[in-house]
Amino acid sequence: MTDPIPDGLDAHLVVARPAFHLDLTLTAAPGEVVALLGPNGAGKTTALRALAGLTPLTSGRLRLDGEELDGTPPESRPVGVVFQDYLLFPHLTALDNVAFGPRCHGATKAESRAQAAKWLDRMGLAEHAGAKPRRLSGGQAQRVALARALATRPRLLLLDEPLAALDARTRLDVRSQLRRHLAEFEAVAILVTHDPLDAMVLADRLVVIEQGRVVQEGTPADIARHPRTDYIAHLVGLNLYRGRAEGHTVKLEAGPSISTTEDLTGDAFVAFPPSAVTLFRDRPTGASARNLWRCEVAGLETHGDQIRADLTGELPLAADLTTVAAAELDLHPGVAVWATVKATQTHAYPA
Amino acid sequence: MTRSVRRTRRTLQMAGASVAALLALSACSSSSSDDNSSAKTKSDTSSSASPKLSGSITVFAAASLKESFTTLKADFEKAHPGTTVTFSFGGSDTLAAQITSGAPADVFAAASAKTMALVTAKNDTDTTPATFVRNQLEIATLPGNPDKISSLKDLTKPSLKVVLCDKTVPCGAAAQKALDASKLKLTPASYEEDVKSALNKVVLKEADAAVVYKTDVKAAGSKVEGVEFPESANAINDYPIALLKNAPNPTVAKAFIALVQSAEGQQVLNEAGFLKP
Amino acid sequence: MTKADESGAVAGTLRGGPRRRRVRTAVPLPLLLPGAVALAFLLLPLLALLLRAPWSSLPSLLTSTEVWQALQLSLLSATAATAVSLVLGVPLAWLLARTEFPGRGLVRALVTLPLVLPPVVGGVALLLALGRNGVVGQWLDSWFGITLPFTTAGVVVAESFVAMPFLVISVEGTLRAADPRYEEAATTLGASRFTAFRRVTLPLIAPGIAAGAVLAWARALGEFGATITFAGNFPGRTQTMPLAVYLALQNDPEAAIALSLVLLTVSIAVLAGLRDRWMAGA
Repeated sequence: MTDPIPDGLDAHLVVARPAFHLDLTLTAAPGEVVALLGPNGAGKTTALRALAGLTPLTSGRLRLDGEELDGTPPESRPVGVVFQDYLLFPHLTALDNVAFGPRCHGATKAESRAQAAKWLDRMGLAEHAGAKPRRLSGGQAQRVALARALATRPRLLLLDEPLAALDARTRLDVRSQLRRHLAEFEAVAILVTHDPLDAMVLADRLVVIEQGRVVQEGTPADIARHPRTDYIAHLVGLNLYRGRAEGHTVKLEAGPSISTTEDLTGDAFVAFPPSAVTLFRDRPTGASARNLWRCEVAGLETHGDQIRADLTGELPLAADLTTVAAAELDLHPGVAVWATVKATQTHAYPA
Repeated sequence: MTRSVRRTRRTLQMAGASVAALLALSACSSSSSDDNSSAKTKSDTSSSASPKLSGSITVFAAASLKESFTTLKADFEKAHPGTTVTFSFGGSDTLAAQITSGAPADVFAAASAKTMALVTAKNDTDTTPATFVRNQLEIATLPGNPDKISSLKDLTKPSLKVVLCDKTVPCGAAAQKALDASKLKLTPASYEEDVKSALNKVVLKEADAAVVYKTDVKAAGSKVEGVEFPESANAINDYPIALLKNAPNPTVAKAFIALVQSAEGQQVLNEAGFLKP
Repeated sequence: MTKADESGAVAGTLRGGPRRRRVRTAVPLPLLLPGAVALAFLLLPLLALLLRAPWSSLPSLLTSTEVWQALQLSLLSATAATAVSLVLGVPLAWLLARTEFPGRGLVRALVTLPLVLPPVVGGVALLLALGRNGVVGQWLDSWFGITLPFTTAGVVVAESFVAMPFLVISVEGTLRAADPRYEEAATTLGASRFTAFRRVTLPLIAPGIAAGAVLAWARALGEFGATITFAGNFPGRTQTMPLAVYLALQNDPEAAIALSLVLLTVSIAVLAGLRDRWMAGA
């Protein structure tokens, strides 16, 4: 190493298993919140376990604040973990759950309880200190778990799907609270989630992994605007295509061309939101739209007062329309439709 | 289970001995037809019209009789083709309890008059029990008698680990009688549940000595050394045998009892260490 | 039984009401019939003991010192054997459930060996191993002057040998069913594996340990074969109740029945008491 030893996380995680291979480079500065985002089975949880020392690295490196952690047993790592289902010790009260870490780190019973009480107070849980985990609500349990992880003053905080166990309403509250606590946290926080909204709200930076590898990395806004895989595009609700750009046209690898406003040359992505798509039963006459494709309805899904149509045909795409519009068009699976998108509503960027 | 393990080994040893005994017997019996005929007359008088014996009988016999009775069974079945003798060996008390509870047995051979009395008390015997052998106590010591034990009094040395049979079983009662007769007080390491397990403690060298029967010492072969003691004369156990009331096959049963009481049978029992009645 | 009746009563008073939660479903006959037969089969011999018990001679038996000695010794040695089983058996169960080592399956089978071994054979095996002349016992004797046969300690050894497998198997099953991630959570909080076991796993599997301990205690209390073979029979030192019962059976079956009743009553009282205290939460 010629560079001065950097603070924060510097990891190259390689975990090889017969049916699975994780190979992930991950760096984060103190105070940064990084979200590992990916579909189920992508290796997010394995990466988290490797960081915590619960799964050994096959090779690679793991440095935290300049200290090599690979080979250090989990109990000796300055790492705190909030598990997916929290894993609060059911036989201990909320207070004793939080005091568990300080106690293991050498504090006396009284000291560790005092610290734990402070943490619970910060989480707004002072009145639940004496409650056993089974008497806590999901949101309360989540905060106790967070307090328990923070009480050991970790230099790396790991959160495994911190909101997945919560119902939709609680989730909203807990998410904003968690965001506040993470913002206050001075060391590295790594968050694993498959929910793009959680990732975008909570994290400063997203690392998208698929099949054990990083496929894209960047700020939430950057990734939302420039998805590089179908999975990400799907997550952020965009139609995404890859092709070769020549001026204002991107010729897709399979299928038609798409007109765009950007002027590009070479390999490129084109993305547009489903709401940019307009559907017609008959071929629109006099339309200047060059982006006109003949499609067939494969499926319909209701999203609030919107209906998302899944289309196949010349160009497979997702289109959003109002329920009224859907009724007027008499859409149902198997119906042939024409789909158009204005060039101004597409977005092309180099691949 | 201990017993059966040990016994298997002993049975093998006995088998050798009994083959020799049988050879001697067959030579014997052919010359002395006197005993043979007396046995026959007995069975003839009891059952008038069955010259040929057939069928099977069940004999309940004290565990100490196992080796000699097994030898006699082979002898009996050979002499009377078509007959089968089945044994149930066990503690005399247990066997007595089984008989009074209706176990289908033809013959009961007990290790003490007291246990036989349990059966006669319930009128479950058909013939008056007759003593067919007697068993005398002996001290079983480790091979070579390293503690130089020569009398019952020697067993009271505190340095010795001695096991006795429990007072509730015949060998324990007999030992107690001998101790009382010689005014000795002996605190054993254990009151064993039966004579074989008392002997086993010496065989396994867990105890230095045990007061057991002469027959048991003999059956253990070189694993223990027997020491006769004069006080044993005060505690000799009579072994009674009787035909049972509900015997399914009294004819064959009587013939078997006759064999046990015959000179031939007595010789086999003698070989095992039993005394003549 | 009372619970079912109560809920039935509640359902009856609230018939048709919105709060009626449980609908009483008929017990399927293929389960009820064999279940009832099993219960009768298990209880009938006990009932017979009660019916034939010599109630008149019971008071004199219960005042005999030998009976009290045997009962005391039984309770003491069964409790000591349970303690030994807990101290040694729980760690063994943890090793079997939580670690990987070659031949683990074989080890597990070996642990259950004392369950299939006739206890008397177990007693002989113990004599061969720990007796005065045994494989290990001869060193115990010559180095420390310890001989186990014919001592109360020998009774505890014999009972532990027979009872410990029950505890190990019960605790191992509970450990397998318990979520190992709680231990992981504890280690991420700075707990060593042993601390995690002591402060997290142990409390979590406490009901399973209690059930195993009760099984082991009951087994030790009734233990006969290994005890009489290994420790012998001496009143006040190694004569436990089952031994007293067996020997009483030799010449006084009525006394044996009475002694069995005493043993039964005490064990039922203890087990019922423990169940209420330990397993209320389970």
